[in-house]
Amino acid sequence: MNELSGAARPAIGRGFRLQWEPAQNAFVLLYPEGMIKLNASAGEILKRCDGAATVDEITASLEQAFSTQGLQADVLAFVAMAHERHWVSLS
Amino acid sequence: MSAAPASDAQVSPHGAARPGPPLWLLLELTYRCPLHCAFCYNPTDFARSGPELDTQEWIKVLREARALGAVQLGLSGGEPLARDDLESLVAEAHELGFYINLITSGVGLNEPRIRALKKAGLDHIQLSFQDSTRQMNDFLSSTRTFELKSKVAALIKEYDYPMVLNVVLHRLNIDHVEEILEMAQRMGADYVELANTQFYGWAWHNREQLMPSRAQVERAEEVTRRFRERTDLAMRIFFVVPDYFERRPKPCMNGLGSIFLTVTPDGTALPCHAARMLPGLDFPNVKSASVEHVWYESQAFNHFRGFDWMQEPCRSCPQKTRDFGGCRCQAYLLTGDAANADPVCDLSPHHHLVTEATARAEQALAPAVQASAPAADGRVVERPLIFRSPANSSRLFP
Repeated sequence: MNELSGAARPAIGRGFRLQWEPAQNAFVLLYPEGMIKLNASAGEILKRCDGAATVDEITASLEQAFSTQGLQADVLAFVAMAHERHWVSLS
Repeated sequence: MSAAPASDAQVSPHGAARPGPPLWLLLELTYRCPLHCAFCYNPTDFARSGPELDTQEWIKVLREARALGAVQLGLSGGEPLARDDLESLVAEAHELGFYINLITSGVGLNEPRIRALKKAGLDHIQLSFQDSTRQMNDFLSSTRTFELKSKVAALIKEYDYPMVLNVVLHRLNIDHVEEILEMAQRMGADYVELANTQFYGWAWHNREQLMPSRAQVERAEEVTRRFRERTDLAMRIFFVVPDYFERRPKPCMNGLGSIFLTVTPDGTALPCHAARMLPGLDFPNVKSASVEHVWYESQAFNHFRGFDWMQEPCRSCPQKTRDFGGCRCQAYLLTGDAANADPVCDLSPHHHLVTEATARAEQALAPAVQASAPAADGRVVERPLIFRSPANSSRLFP
């Protein structure tokens, strides 16, 4: 996988599970014998990684939800990092 | 999935005043085990343990812990597959939202059971191996299980589980690390944990025979490093360094009562799976106390929280917020006082107890299957491994 494209469709990686945890007031990513506590923006991106939406569509959805513009570079960078760490797979 | 509030920022670690939730719940469902591993951390007096909790009692623990915020669940033992209600417990835990890890020797895991466990919502299986060879595996676990475990490994792959192989390393198998890693790769493991023996329970009893030499440890690390560099390798390898060879202690459990809660087969709640040995702690039982009481109120879980219990050199040490003084059980086993610094730390006045133990491993002869240990006068005497079994437990604690 070279440069990440806005047309890629990320999905939560095999063996990982994304879950909202009230006790931690955060989304967490669960995996064998471990847990990553996500900050707000990471949680917002990952909960949109359903294997159907493209990175561009996820960006548009976030920009709409938070009434803002210009998130594409941030979203691409995060998804690329998440892919590298196997948090998401790409199709 | 519920929606995240937009204002939800990353929450900072909990303050000292109120501990966070017990994020990690380890249920030791039973002490029954078909293996008899000489390095098991289970208490050597397990034969004296009371009756196991029944299904409803375990379900009560699951519900109460989950309500407090527990999210990672380990199902262990003994061999958890020895419980015939394992599938029901997994189903309940899954319903509650736990991420469920089965920590197993694989003995008892056949196709109908793995199918039922998958259906019930089991997330992950960690399979233990004792070595890469049938002879050593079967010797170290005092059973004949190697072929069976290999079949179970294939079954785990077939049911599309990420496979974590766990191999406990020690003097008698650490020279086989390369073969162990090759075996793991052939089996299609996703992760391999090369976990050097931690000296508690049966392993403590057999410490002299299980302690590797420094040269052995360094060779194993070098082999692991070379293996990791292979470009064709998708498998990830964790090498857990044996802490006796370190100069700073491990941040054991991130401090007792910080994130970790163990419940033993009879319902005794512990802040670490080895903690039952610690004197002066009044361990509550989940049969008579709520998990909330156990975690937030009980003396046993509060005693080693924070830093007030510490003595010098920990008390004034800047490292204390990182390593929490190391392991309380190790401090107790080696020095007789659980509030001492973990003697693995070279700032501990008892550090010589650790270096003497590793020095004895240097002097011992080349490891053989008949483990030998040097006597006090330096002569090498035959001392057999004591395998973990109900009979040996009763013999040690009549």
